[in-house]
Amino acid sequence: MKLPGARQLALPAAVLAFGIFLPLLAPAYRTQMAFLWVMIVFALTWDLLGGQMGYNSFGNVLFFGVGMYACVVIQRDVHLGYYSALFLGMGAGAALATAVAALIGSGLLGLRGHYFAIGTLGIGIAAAEFTAGWDFVGGGSGMVPPLYPGAVGARESFFYYLCFAIAVFTFPVLRFLYAGRFGLAINAIRDDEDKAEAMGLRTTHYKTTAWCVSAFFLGLMGGVVGNLLGFVDPREIAFASSTYGVWMVLMAILGGKGTLWGPVLGAAVFDVTQELFWKYLLGWQRVALGLLIVVIVVFFPRGILGWARERWPERFGQRAEEPAAEGGT
Amino acid sequence: MENLRLLFEAPPLSLQILLDGILIGAIFALAAYGMALVWGVTGIINVAQGELVMLGGYAAYFLYRAGIHPLLGVPVAAVLLFLLGWGLYRTVVFRVVDKDLFISILATYGLSILLQQLTNAFFGADVRTAESGFGTLVLLGGAVTIAKIKLVSFAAALLSGAALILFLKRSRMGQAIRATAQNARAARVMGIDTDRVYAWTFALNAAICGASGALVAMTWIVHPYLGLPYTVRSFMIVIIAGLGNVLGVLAAALGLGVAENFAGFILGAEYQTAFVFGLLVVILVWRRFWLARERRYLA
Repeated sequence: MKLPGARQLALPAAVLAFGIFLPLLAPAYRTQMAFLWVMIVFALTWDLLGGQMGYNSFGNVLFFGVGMYACVVIQRDVHLGYYSALFLGMGAGAALATAVAALIGSGLLGLRGHYFAIGTLGIGIAAAEFTAGWDFVGGGSGMVPPLYPGAVGARESFFYYLCFAIAVFTFPVLRFLYAGRFGLAINAIRDDEDKAEAMGLRTTHYKTTAWCVSAFFLGLMGGVVGNLLGFVDPREIAFASSTYGVWMVLMAILGGKGTLWGPVLGAAVFDVTQELFWKYLLGWQRVALGLLIVVIVVFFPRGILGWARERWPERFGQRAEEPAAEGGT
Repeated sequence: MENLRLLFEAPPLSLQILLDGILIGAIFALAAYGMALVWGVTGIINVAQGELVMLGGYAAYFLYRAGIHPLLGVPVAAVLLFLLGWGLYRTVVFRVVDKDLFISILATYGLSILLQQLTNAFFGADVRTAESGFGTLVLLGGAVTIAKIKLVSFAAALLSGAALILFLKRSRMGQAIRATAQNARAARVMGIDTDRVYAWTFALNAAICGASGALVAMTWIVHPYLGLPYTVRSFMIVIIAGLGNVLGVLAAALGLGVAENFAGFILGAEYQTAFVFGLLVVILVWRRFWLARERRYLA
C-alpha cells in the first residue's frame, strides 16, 4: 500500500476539522449532529456487507439493538462509576453483538440473494418482538439508562464527541480492511461467490468475519445511542427495522454502494434531509420518508458517487471497468 | 409452560385451537397465492403484500361503516384494490421489474412503509373491526366455540382462490399470464404484451389481497401496522410450498395457521409475532442446510 498523498489526506482532514468544530457552530443541535455520525457508522457498516460483499442485509439493526440493550443492562446492574459502567457496557455490547453475528452468521450467510434479505428482515423484527416480551429488559416499555452525572450542557457534548470518535475509528478500519486481501476476498464474493469458492477462498469464513466487523461497530454505537437518547425501546429505537434498519440501506445506496466515501456522503445528505422533514413536515415525516425510499431506489439506484463516476469517468480513473451494478444475482 | 399442561388436561381446547388455526389459515393462503403469482410471473417479491391486505381490510371497514354488509364488501374491496394495484404497477413497480432483485425488494419495502404511514396519517392507529353480525357456533356441549364468521370467511377465501385459479386457467389474459410465467421472452415473441400481463398480474394480486384483507377485517382486526407479518407469512408459505403449487400453498397456509395459533397459546399472545418472524428464519436456514445436503447427494 503506497502512502497517501497530500490530496488524499485533504478530504479526511477537512471532515475531521468539520466534526471537531461542528458543535461550536450551533450548540443547540448537538444531539441531532451526533446523529450525523451515528448515521455515517450505520451506512459504512451496512456497506461492508451490502456494497462490498453483495449481501444485502435488512437486519443489521439487530446488532445495534443488542449492543444498546447490553450496555444499558450493564449500566443498570453493575455498580461502578458512571463512566466505567458506560465504557464497560459499550465494550460488552460490542462483544455481544460480535458474538451474535458469529453465531447466526454461519446459518444465515449461507442464504443467497433475496432469501438473505428477507431472512435478515425477519431476524431483526423477531428480535424486537422477543425483546418486547422479555421482562428482564423492561419488555415493551423499554429501559432508561442512568442519568449523566456532569453539568447540564456537558452531556450533549460528551455524547457528540463519543459518536464522532466511533465514526472516526470506523472509517480507517474499514479503509484498511478494504485495501488488503480481505477487501479483495469480499469483493470476489460479491462478483461471483461460486467462482470465489472454487478458487479456494474460504467464503463462509470471510463472510462471517465481515458480519462480525460490522456487528462490532454497530454494537459499540448502540450503547452510545441508548445513552444519547436517554431511552431504550425495543420496536422504535433498538431494533427499529422500519426506520434505522432501512435507513442504513438507503443511505449506502444514496451515496453509492460499494465505495468508501459513498456511504459517508449518503449518510450526511440523508441525515440533513431527514432532520428537515422532521422540522417542516411535522406529522407527515414518515410518509415523506417512505416516499423518499421509493424515489431513491427507483430513480437513483446507483447513488451520488455512481452518478458522478458516470458523469466524470476521468476523475475516477483508477478503476478499469465497472462491476455490473444492474442485473447481478 | 403452564399453558402446555392445560392443553393436555383439556383436549377440547386443542381442538378449538386447531380449528381456529385452520380457519385463519385459508386467509393466509389467499395472500400467499397472490405473492407466488407475482413472484412467478414478474420475478418480484412484493414486500408490500401485507399492506395490500391491510388496505383491503380498511376498504371493508369503511364500507361496513357506510352500511354495507362486510361480506358484500369483499368483492368491492377486491375491485378497489385491483385499481390500486394497477396504479402502483403503472407508477412504481414497472420500473423495477427487470432490475436487480434487491432493488425490487427495497422498492416494494419502501412502498410498504409508504402505504402503512399513509394509512396511519389518514385513519389513525386505532384498531378496527367490521362486525358481521353472525353468531357463534357451540360444539361439544360448549367445549368448543366457533364464531360463524370464521366459517363463512373460510368458505369465502376458498371461493376467491378458486375464482382466481379459474380465471388463470380459462380466460385469455390468464393464459397469457401463465405463458409469461413459463417464459417471458417466448411469450413476447408470440405477441403477448408482457408489460400488460405484468400489470394484470400485479393488479390481480392486489385484488386477491384485498379480498383476504376484507376477510381479516371481519374475523380479526385491522390497524395500520399489521402488514409486515402478512408479508412474512406469505413469503414463508410460498417458500415451503414452492411456486405454482396451489395445493401446497393451501396446505402450508393451514399448517402455518395452526402452528401459529398453538404457539400463541403456549408461549403467550405477546410472543406470537416473534414466533412468526423466528419461524421464518428457522425455515430459511433449515432450507439452506437441506439444499446443501441435496447438493452433496447429487455430487
